[in-house]
Amino acid sequence: MTRVHDLAVVGGGPAGVAGALTAALAGLSVVLVDSGARLGGQYFRHPAGAHPGTPGFDRFRRQARALAGRADLLLGHQVWAVERRAADAADAADAADAADAADASAALTRDGGHDSAFTLRCTAPDGSPVAVRSRRLLLATGAYDRPLPFPGWDLPGVLTAGGAQALLKGNGVVAGRRIVVAGTGPFLLPVAAGLAGAGARVLGVYEAGGGLGLARHPLLAAGKAGEAAGYALALARHRVPYRTRQAVVAAHGERELEAVTVARLDRDWNVLSTRRLACDTLATGYGFVPQIDLGVQVGCRTRADLDGSPVLDVDDRQRTSVPGVWAAGEPAGVGGRHLAELEGRIAGLTISAPGDPVPGVLARRRDRLQAFARALLEAYPIGPGWQRWLRDDTLVCRCEEVPLARIREARELGATDVRAVKLLSRAGMGWCQGRVCGHAVARLTGAPVGEPRRPLAQPVTLGALAALTSARVETAAQDPAGVLDPAPPPDPTGPPAPTDPPAPTDPPAPKDPPAPTDPPAPSDPSAPSDPSAPTDPPTPSDPPAPAGPPGPQGPSEPTRIPGETGTEAGDDSSAASTADGKDSA
Amino acid sequence: MTDAFEITVDGRPVPVTAGQTVGAALHAAGIRSWRATRFGGRPRGLFCGIGVCFDCLVTVNGRPPERACLLQARPGDEVTTS
Ligand SMILES: Cc1cc2nc3c(=O)[nH]c(=O)nc-3n(C[C@H](O)[C@H](O)[C@H](O)COP(=O)(O)OP(=O)(O)OC[C@H]3O[C@@H](n4cnc5c(N)ncnc54)[C@H](O)[C@@H]3O)c2cc1C
Repeated sequence: MTRVHDLAVVGGGPAGVAGALTAALAGLSVVLVDSGARLGGQYFRHPAGAHPGTPGFDRFRRQARALAGRADLLLGHQVWAVERRAADAADAADAADAADAADASAALTRDGGHDSAFTLRCTAPDGSPVAVRSRRLLLATGAYDRPLPFPGWDLPGVLTAGGAQALLKGNGVVAGRRIVVAGTGPFLLPVAAGLAGAGARVLGVYEAGGGLGLARHPLLAAGKAGEAAGYALALARHRVPYRTRQAVVAAHGERELEAVTVARLDRDWNVLSTRRLACDTLATGYGFVPQIDLGVQVGCRTRADLDGSPVLDVDDRQRTSVPGVWAAGEPAGVGGRHLAELEGRIAGLTISAPGDPVPGVLARRRDRLQAFARALLEAYPIGPGWQRWLRDDTLVCRCEEVPLARIREARELGATDVRAVKLLSRAGMGWCQGRVCGHAVARLTGAPVGEPRRPLAQPVTLGALAALTSARVETAAQDPAGVLDPAPPPDPTGPPAPTDPPAPTDPPAPKDPPAPTDPPAPSDPSAPSDPSAPTDPPTPSDPPAPAGPPGPQGPSEPTRIPGETGTEAGDDSSAASTADGKDSA
Repeated sequence: MTDAFEITVDGRPVPVTAGQTVGAALHAAGIRSWRATRFGGRPRGLFCGIGVCFDCLVTVNGRPPERACLLQARPGDEVTTS
């Protein structure tokens, strides 16, 4: 018997946690799934004791703790697909589980029109498949960095700005000694300030856009003066120069980064002059790409954001175009953690009280923050001149090692859209499925950045796919690992070349007993998913976990919902048949 | 409870603080690449840091490659580079 939750939330950042908590407080049964070992998402993902002065962290931690006792948490679980079925299927499945049905879920069912059955296909830390079922779905999957290619950008030592931040915040590792920060957007400021504060020598922040300088930074608009001033102060204290209309246009080194070329740019980002700067690390980012794969999979309508990025189209109740599916945070448009939390909260409210209006104070606050987010996106457009930073042999697609010349060839062969360019050049056909190069390839093709069509949001083993198609899966429910192919299968999302490494998510032998310890973060409630046996989240003084014997992805004890580990038989052959569908956008 | 432990990289010890990923531990130890690309043999290590780019695929304890930036390091892990 598989329990059907009222709400499944994908993403444990500020948006997902706020949404899950709001809905749980309203009485819904909630399950939250996140691939990370700890709650927090990209902003609050700190291990124990490593969050000095992160604004908002205490607030987030309170929310995460409150959530831990009220919802099921599946940490370290990657969602690779979502399926939707008609409402009656959900009800039928639920009938067996009627004892679970709270008043709130009865209200949901009565509301009608918005009920569906969703199944999230997940990979647990030990590699085993886990199916999570719910009546409603909140997508709060965040975003990832948008890098631009330039000669040498694939040298080790070149990191995305978010990657440098993740190293620092999630691991306490300063990315390098002599670091250059370059790109565009307000995110460069916290990254540079964080690195400098952690002891790195930050040689400069090179903002390709702007032209205004820190004193007139767009953050100053709309009530972010304090934040902007804080960063300005931090940079000044560490004597970090902040230069606008400058960019890193090339990286140099034999086996790893040794120097970068910094250029002065005109307003279209054409190079005016260059100089060389010795450094060991570059943190670079040109904004964020919202993570919308799961929404696209389930059929949510998208819209192009101001920067051209496709985002999930939501109404003022955070509902997507697909009944029963909500989105909050970056997938609905990049806007930072405050907006993410607020949108999550609004989603939680409208999910649990479908008839009630959005409280005016929340709606107005969201409108303000959204206006601010739009202003920031508009303040940091990507100038077209970056395309001339590339040389013929500059890799555009890092996975398939596709240089600019091959993309040009594809265009000369008549390819005019991204799909054709990809098919001819193989750009975007590798491991990352075009997540890293997608924007660049679209721009180099002269085409709009289309919505991603990725049948698999995360790599998955053939064993897990095969398990879905099996009609006899009762045994799988008892022994999920048993359905997995122990041999390394080819990765269905990966390129077909025989020399390819096998699937990175391929399960290791589940040799380990469950870990006795908690994940280290104080923010991590590490809630037992069994609601009948609630335990307290670890306190900040808890000693960090000896990275005990967890699965490959993380939390030492994969929290799991009893009875949820199996897969269901049924309408799943379509998921398996997508294995070779690949990225066709 | 161990706060610090070691893993090995091609037999050589690398210190880890509990909670760190394999990728973070390697990067912190100055090991910035641990595999080579298929065609050009170009070195690869961390890039996106959050599991998106797959640059950092790593072999640990002989298992099939996994993303080093997501993989929590465990005492005694044996990393082999190529
Ligand atoms: C690497 C990185 C670092 C950042 N650092 C900062 C910073 O220091 N300061 C700042 O102001 N802003 C930072 N940002 C911006 C940040 O994205 C937002 O401000 C804020 O985190 C948005 O909250 P969210 O809830 O929308 O998404 P997120 O916080 O990104 O949370 C999304 C969560 O969804 C999970 N997820 C996504 N897809 C899946 C899936 N298929 N299966 C399972 N789980 C999934 C992710 O693991 C993540 O935990 C950073 C962004 C990135 C990409």
